[in-house]
Amino acid sequence: MTAFWQGAAYGLGAGIIVGVGTIFGVWGERKVAGRIQKRYGPNTAPVFGIVQLVYDLVKLLTKEDIHPTQAKRGIFNIAPLFLTTPIIASLVVIPFAAGWAPLDSSIGILFFLAVPSISVLGVLLAGWSQGNTYASLGGLRGAAQMVSYEVPRSLAVLSVVMLAGTLQPTRFVSEWRIWWLPLTFIAFVVYFIASIAELNRGPFDLAECDSELVGGYFTDYSGIRWAMFMMSEYGGLVATTLFGSVIFLGAGWPFTGALGVLVLILKTVLLVVLFMWAKWTFPRMRPDQLMSTAWKVLTPMALVQILIIGLVIPWL
Amino acid sequence: MKAEELSSRLLGYWPELSDLCSIEKNRMLIKVRSETVHATISKLKELGFNQFEMVTAVDRGADLEIIYVLHSIPMKASVWVRTHVPRDAAEVASMADLYTGADWPEREVYDLFGIDFIDHPDMRRIMMPFDFVGAPLRKDYVDENIIPRPDYI
Amino acid sequence: MPLEPGASTVPVNEDGSAVRETVVNLGPSHPSTHGVCRVIAHLDGEIVTRAELVIGYLHRGIEKMAEHRTYLQIMPLTDRLDYVGSMYANWAYCQAVEDLAGIVVPERAEYLRIITCELQRIASHMMSVGSTGNDAGATTLFVYAFWVREQVLTLFERLCGSRLTYNYVRPGGVSFDTPDDAWIDEVRAFCKAALPRFNEIDRLFFGNVITKGRTKGVGVLSAEDAINASVTGPSLRASGVDFDLRRDEPYSLYDRFSFNVVVGENGDVFDRARCRLLECYESVRLIQLALDQMEPGRVKAEAVSRLIAPPVGETYKTLESARGTLGVFLASDGGVRPWRMKVRSPAFSNLGIVGPLCKGYTISDLIMILGSFDPVFGEVDR
Repeated sequence: MTAFWQGAAYGLGAGIIVGVGTIFGVWGERKVAGRIQKRYGPNTAPVFGIVQLVYDLVKLLTKEDIHPTQAKRGIFNIAPLFLTTPIIASLVVIPFAAGWAPLDSSIGILFFLAVPSISVLGVLLAGWSQGNTYASLGGLRGAAQMVSYEVPRSLAVLSVVMLAGTLQPTRFVSEWRIWWLPLTFIAFVVYFIASIAELNRGPFDLAECDSELVGGYFTDYSGIRWAMFMMSEYGGLVATTLFGSVIFLGAGWPFTGALGVLVLILKTVLLVVLFMWAKWTFPRMRPDQLMSTAWKVLTPMALVQILIIGLVIPWL
Repeated sequence: MKAEELSSRLLGYWPELSDLCSIEKNRMLIKVRSETVHATISKLKELGFNQFEMVTAVDRGADLEIIYVLHSIPMKASVWVRTHVPRDAAEVASMADLYTGADWPEREVYDLFGIDFIDHPDMRRIMMPFDFVGAPLRKDYVDENIIPRPDYI
Repeated sequence: MPLEPGASTVPVNEDGSAVRETVVNLGPSHPSTHGVCRVIAHLDGEIVTRAELVIGYLHRGIEKMAEHRTYLQIMPLTDRLDYVGSMYANWAYCQAVEDLAGIVVPERAEYLRIITCELQRIASHMMSVGSTGNDAGATTLFVYAFWVREQVLTLFERLCGSRLTYNYVRPGGVSFDTPDDAWIDEVRAFCKAALPRFNEIDRLFFGNVITKGRTKGVGVLSAEDAINASVTGPSLRASGVDFDLRRDEPYSLYDRFSFNVVVGENGDVFDRARCRLLECYESVRLIQLALDQMEPGRVKAEAVSRLIAPPVGETYKTLESARGTLGVFLASDGGVRPWRMKVRSPAFSNLGIVGPLCKGYTISDLIMILGSFDPVFGEVDR
């Protein structure tokens, strides 16, 4: 029973992290986008514009719940949950402090790579349940993209796991060494690019690109359901960058304890800014170019990295 | 290229042009009957007028005058071809087989003046709604929705 | 084969089975088309098998309205034709009126017309390049291009009071002289400041490998097809045809300046968009040359009355606008109102080829191709 309540508490905590992450994420996105474009982001609301997001949240919560006539009601309503819940669930395996993770499973890293894949189902259901052409095109594009990019992402993480020899989050953190960073740099780049595509962000956001398909797979969603799509995107961003900081940048290295948690958060913020920088600089790729990038560029790069690690391991 | 120079050059290739063409204000004008306008323009295309710049119609009261402007990129000159069609049976051959750029302008003249272009690949209205009735740019077009503008000068 | 929009078409494969295709309507109000244009795209998966453009959503009957207004009252109507480039829309009309009525424009007015027209060309091309970037997903480029455009609009506001529809060029000259010498210094400062911005846009967008993947080889228009389809302006020059009305059939005082004409190679979306950016450099050069040559003097012709009544006749005068050959045909019957005014709109003629050109590309490419011809629907629909 205690394990159940403990799990529920961790889930609630992860949900809160995703919620807070969304608020800061959207604020950060708008500020970073503004500064890149030589303008201010939101700066009228108090606290440098953060309260703007609270206003937005209140507006979204009080909106009318609109359903298009041809939408399939039941699936239309629960599709956003399929998108957001796996992301929240994946946060429990991140080793926040050195030696402590909420769920310190012996297959923790695999858990993190596998569980958010359930979101693909959410994208497909969301696109299909709306019953209109734009949305189904967006859903299909999004699903194809997310499934394709999991391969290079997992291969990139595999190369670091080969060095560590363990999938357990806390043991991984204690095994991490600073000289792994230049050794696994290719894997880091592959992970970075593949994660952008997984999150439907930046140069790979054709599933939701608003200059072609109006909204893609969330065209007809409004109000709090649309907010849940945003939560899944920014929650996923937070989760991905946390994971990337743990795997490639060594979590709280070189500190432990509370200072280590702070350093981890700092590394995460840096990675988040990098993601946003990529989004606002580059134009969007076409769907066929996107697929060919995944299979012809990123996967071979990840395999080359695994080859390098495999050659180096006997000397370690 | 000046109009006199252009005219002398064209007359060198096509002497029969001399009784059809005239020069006004540094502009070369060719006046033909509506049955021969397609032959005239195809001959002009062979002589180097490779761009179909404009077609328009002017409501002259007694009949409708169609004016084509052709432009030559190598010769850097333009020529006008004018013809008349009666108001009731307003039709003339289409230039869409010579120039693909004649497609939409001719649709516009059909739409706004009611002139039919024979053998046009896609003779439909372009500006007005597809179920509109009438030729709005003709001077005798009446519509109860039009509010006459007071004569402010 | 003529088709009513909305009518179902059932094309067949060679073996007699019906082709399964989706008909997608990119409706008149859409975030990415540059105005109100409806595209009916027949898709086979993602490939466009047939694209049809439906226009006329912005038809206001300007040509009919012009028949009931005096020559000066038509001026504000011409502003709203090509609203992204009011200066040269005004100028095209004024050229025709001056030709009909035999008005001679003083030299300073001609220089001011050239300066404002080239500034307008820069603003219009920045809008086009920015919109191309926005369609491709590079929103930052849009904001960077609009920085330049914003400077031009501020200059125009200082000059004539308006930011979009200027009504500045009048028959017989221009409406106001420059407010003071500070304006000329501001224009020179703008010319200096704009060049690094163009370099930045060039590197940021046109140097990017994703952009090249999106735009190179897309919407290729060969030179013969372009000439035959009455395409003019940067779209024609991008296909490799070296023709510019300012250099080859000079009007106003353009024969006093020497400048380069930007010619592309392949005629794809990349070349069309890049030609527009490179033309901005030439426009800056022209502005600087014109500012150096301009002398003080009158800016309006003498004794041009408010009621212009040109003698009976017709005229057709063209100029090189940011989109191509903009021409105005005027027929006069001797009265104070024109008998017929017709605007030869370059965007209208350029758009005719877009439907057939999109065949075989994907729907993302269709958006880029439509944007690369830089249509402004005020001018297309009149």
